Amino acid sequence: MNSIETRLKELMLASLAGDARSYGILLNDVAKHLRSYFLRRLADAHKSDADDLVQETLMALHTRRATYEVDRPFTAWLHAIARYKLIDHFRRNRIRATVPLDDVEDLFVQDQSDAAADRMDVNRLLQSVPEKSRDLIYRTKIEGQSIAEVAQSTGLSETSVKVSIHRGIRAITARLKGNAANDDK
Amino acid sequence: MTTNDLIARLTGELKPVSRTAVLERVGTGLGISLVASAVLMVLWLGMRPDLAEASTTMMFWTKFTYTLILAVAGGWAVKRIAHPLGSIRVNLGLMAATIVVMIVLAFAQLAMTPPEEHMAMLKGRTITVCTFNIVMLSLPLLIGAFWVLRGLAPTRPTLAGAAAGLAAGSIASLVYSFHCDESAMPFIAVWYTLGVLVAGLIGAITGRFILRW
Repeated sequence: MNSIETRLKELMLASLAGDARSYGILLNDVAKHLRSYFLRRLADAHKSDADDLVQETLMALHTRRATYEVDRPFTAWLHAIARYKLIDHFRRNRIRATVPLDDVEDLFVQDQSDAAADRMDVNRLLQSVPEKSRDLIYRTKIEGQSIAEVAQSTGLSETSVKVSIHRGIRAITARLKGNAANDDK
Repeated sequence: MTTNDLIARLTGELKPVSRTAVLERVGTGLGISLVASAVLMVLWLGMRPDLAEASTTMMFWTKFTYTLILAVAGGWAVKRIAHPLGSIRVNLGLMAATIVVMIVLAFAQLAMTPPEEHMAMLKGRTITVCTFNIVMLSLPLLIGAFWVLRGLAPTRPTLAGAAAGLAAGSIASLVYSFHCDESAMPFIAVWYTLGVLVAGLIGAITGRFILRW
């Protein structure tokens, strides 16, 4: 899945267990993300508030860390807190938000518990594809790597990567059509 | 203070957090304020003298069950709204459904009694104080629920305040049912429910300001 999420969540779980080293890394990482998050959402006149907001959010993360539920995405939880702090900042300073607040897909994953079922369907479909194509499809279509990256790391040529993916997808299409035909019966 | 100094300080202060910490805080806050509300009820209003006798009647247990379901749904709502992503739709739905069932029961009872008694069933003998008393008994609980939420992370202050108020009103009505000797369904359906809703409204209005962090 999203690698930022995986990394930060691991650090958060270790921090909740009391590991100060992980916590230091987590807070440093989070501070960087938060800074760019706030900078992008503050008008030029208010950019100087970004650091205060970062610190306030880190404080909130610290004092309210018990409210993180370990079966949910960490970044979604953090985003909710950062968003709250930003709205609170706008309210206190009577600033009208002119930047879209929810434009965060690039940085924070949403809470996708509902999408988990879809992901399981995708995994089941992928199981029906030969192993070689399966891996290639997974890396390009789901992880989002480029053909060139995959070709390089597998040692295959770009053409054969493309052909493999194409065959795999054809197999999936055939299988979906087959299922549809079965349903019709 | 620079961000790095802050991070160093927070890292130094780190202590392990139990996974049930939120639940414990909700239990402590609502538990202590429940005791406070019950003590207030006993000292101010007094337990109903016929409690032993009443506890063998259907009506006592209907009142008890009605307020208990609302209290549990409300207390659970406080726990859920305490999380930044918490949604209390399920809890509000459960409370609404419970109130609807109570209203249906009230109409059923009205249908089974002669029309000239209807007004008496609705007004009881304590119509002037019932809702007021429930709201008064809910105040310690509202303070308790606010204490719970101020240490956690509700990101929607008004909604969180409403959850706190509904929980406080529901638990207060449960406490009040040990004083109140009214025994008609329509009375409970209207005046108890009104007490819960007024407490919810007070919570929403004050929570909007008190629950900011």
